[in-house]
Amino acid sequence: MTKAASQQPILKVEHLTKEFPINNGILSGRTSKKVSAVDDVSFEIAPGETLGLVGESGCGKSTTGRAIMRLTSPTGGRVLFEGNDIARLKGRKLKEMRRNMQFIFQDPYASLNPRMTIGEIVSEPLVIHNVMPNRSERIDFVRYLLDIVGLNPEHINRYPHEFSGGQRQRVGIARAFALRPRLIICDEPVSALDVSIQAQVLNLLARLQKEFGTAYLFIAHDLSVVQHISAKVAVMYLGTLVEHSDYLGLYAEPYHPYTQALLSAIPLPNPDIQKKRNRIILQGDPPSPVDPPRGCRFHTRCPIATEKCTKERPPMREVTKDHYCACWHAKPYPIKGSNIAL
Amino acid sequence: MAMLKKKKEASKQNLLSKQLKEGTDKAFAEHEEKRQAASEVKSAQHAVDESERHADYRTEYDAVVGLEAGENTTRTLWSDAWGRLRRNKLAIIGAVWILIMVLVALTADLWAPQMLGSPTAIESQDMASLSLLPPSLQHPFGTDMLGRDVLCRVVYGARISLAVGLLATAISSLIGLVMGALAAFYGGIWDTIIMRLADIFLAFPYTLFVIVMLAVLGSGIQNVFIAIGILGWPSIARVFRSAILSVKENDYVDAARSMGASDRRIIGRHIFPNSVASVVVYATMNIGGAILTESALSYLGMGVTPPNPSWGAMIQDGQAYLATEPWLMLMPGLAILTTVLAFTLLGDGLRDALDVKMKDA
Repeated sequence: MTKAASQQPILKVEHLTKEFPINNGILSGRTSKKVSAVDDVSFEIAPGETLGLVGESGCGKSTTGRAIMRLTSPTGGRVLFEGNDIARLKGRKLKEMRRNMQFIFQDPYASLNPRMTIGEIVSEPLVIHNVMPNRSERIDFVRYLLDIVGLNPEHINRYPHEFSGGQRQRVGIARAFALRPRLIICDEPVSALDVSIQAQVLNLLARLQKEFGTAYLFIAHDLSVVQHISAKVAVMYLGTLVEHSDYLGLYAEPYHPYTQALLSAIPLPNPDIQKKRNRIILQGDPPSPVDPPRGCRFHTRCPIATEKCTKERPPMREVTKDHYCACWHAKPYPIKGSNIAL
Repeated sequence: MAMLKKKKEASKQNLLSKQLKEGTDKAFAEHEEKRQAASEVKSAQHAVDESERHADYRTEYDAVVGLEAGENTTRTLWSDAWGRLRRNKLAIIGAVWILIMVLVALTADLWAPQMLGSPTAIESQDMASLSLLPPSLQHPFGTDMLGRDVLCRVVYGARISLAVGLLATAISSLIGLVMGALAAFYGGIWDTIIMRLADIFLAFPYTLFVIVMLAVLGSGIQNVFIAIGILGWPSIARVFRSAILSVKENDYVDAARSMGASDRRIIGRHIFPNSVASVVVYATMNIGGAILTESALSYLGMGVTPPNPSWGAMIQDGQAYLATEPWLMLMPGLAILTTVLAFTLLGDGLRDALDVKMKDA
């Protein structure tokens, strides 16, 4: 932790905001409302480190990843990659930045072009950035990449549909590692896979990280998946970060009521503990991001919300060392069994 | 007394329904048995097919893997599609029939006049004895009212029909691809203008529209090409636009973008190859439609000018003799039917063959 803190962060996100305008149709032509997908999100990732970004569907975690990767342009805030603001880069500089930052997609079926062989798919980043102009050298390298992600290099000329979901995800990982990027954004890379395959792919990602020293922004909707791979965890709710800590602190002593609810939802392998544990069940659905609640965005579903929460937005503050929480009533509330894997 | 009778009747009814039930039960059991047997046979057959197919791919891929990587990939893709098309009997029948028609049409000058006589000239001498002959060895499709060989005219009619089908579709595909791509890529106001224009084109009754265009352009075969070609673009544009829009949403396009691929590369390598297949299929089927339109126009006297033969015009000529000499209508009618059917079957087969995902189904 101290080692990471002393270094310059590889990625620093400051007050990132992304709003999508809602179009009222061609006739009116004006935009009256906005979807506030990501609102004032800040975090940083040290080189070689993993930040797990967790939240339920529609909370803006994927949009955060896509905005950092510039697959959509952020509407506000700064994204510093190794100290340079990349939120407004264009043209050649943007391309140069993308060489050091890659993306792994959630859906292994949609993320590979069905008309390209996996050799072509994996070598595409090399071709685009003209890293290995020599073709036979490039092919050798692609074979090597396929080998390290656990695929048979002899399958270089096969098409994606001949592979299973887990194998396809490995192809996506090989493609992401082709340029030896310093940061990879993994957008729910295992949530489309079977549980047994999930573990394999997670282990692969961990092994490759150790080997290449790549930093990950690991987006997931499942705290138990993140626990496997992350050094730090950030919890997101309705476009905002609610809690942010190294994973020891977050799993052992969650401060934010939303984090507590998430942790208590992880099923435990031991039925005795499972029976005795204190479950927190949230009522209702998350509010619409078109018209988010004033004050704390969580107050509509929060079991401990007070008058203050409906009026003022809680700032992100340090509750213990390296543990940040955005809640007026933050207090530790350990969830029995949630740190069982530690 | 009446009650007894009623009771008797009721028991009779009961017995009847019981018998009926037994009967249906038995029939059902038999049916079930048959169904199971059939499905077993089918699944066994399927397994055999599957393993054969599998072996096929294995050797194909192993052959390629041994070669230099990358170089043969496009060939592999198309040879895969060809492999799938080859297994589709109906599509192959269609393709073979089209091939025969094309060959016959192209080589007609070499043999038809010698064997069957001129398709247009009227044999002046003995016209009465030559006209309206029933099918015979010398005139397999018979002769028409002016003594011309019907087979010969059908053969020369194939030239017109195939040329109209191919050229008109080529014209509409060209316009449609450009318009569809513009609408899909530029979006916004371009999309609105182009697609509303397409809606306007599609809102007119098609045949009427072609007739009006021909009235403006003047009849004649080249104007038939142009009229059918120009009016065919909206549906092609629509198909291509929607294909691009759906392909554009795929993660692999985002993946390419996140790697820093240029727009040209994204369109050329990712979007175009994945969206053009539907247009190929649609265009193939469209050829049949264009042939039908030409026939309809010629039937209405708007297309090919007599004495040049066209299938539609031949049907029109022959309809007066429908009761007595039906082959005059039947033969060109069959030619239209089989050719349009062949294009449809081929298009259907192409759709399956070009879908890469079909392979693992």
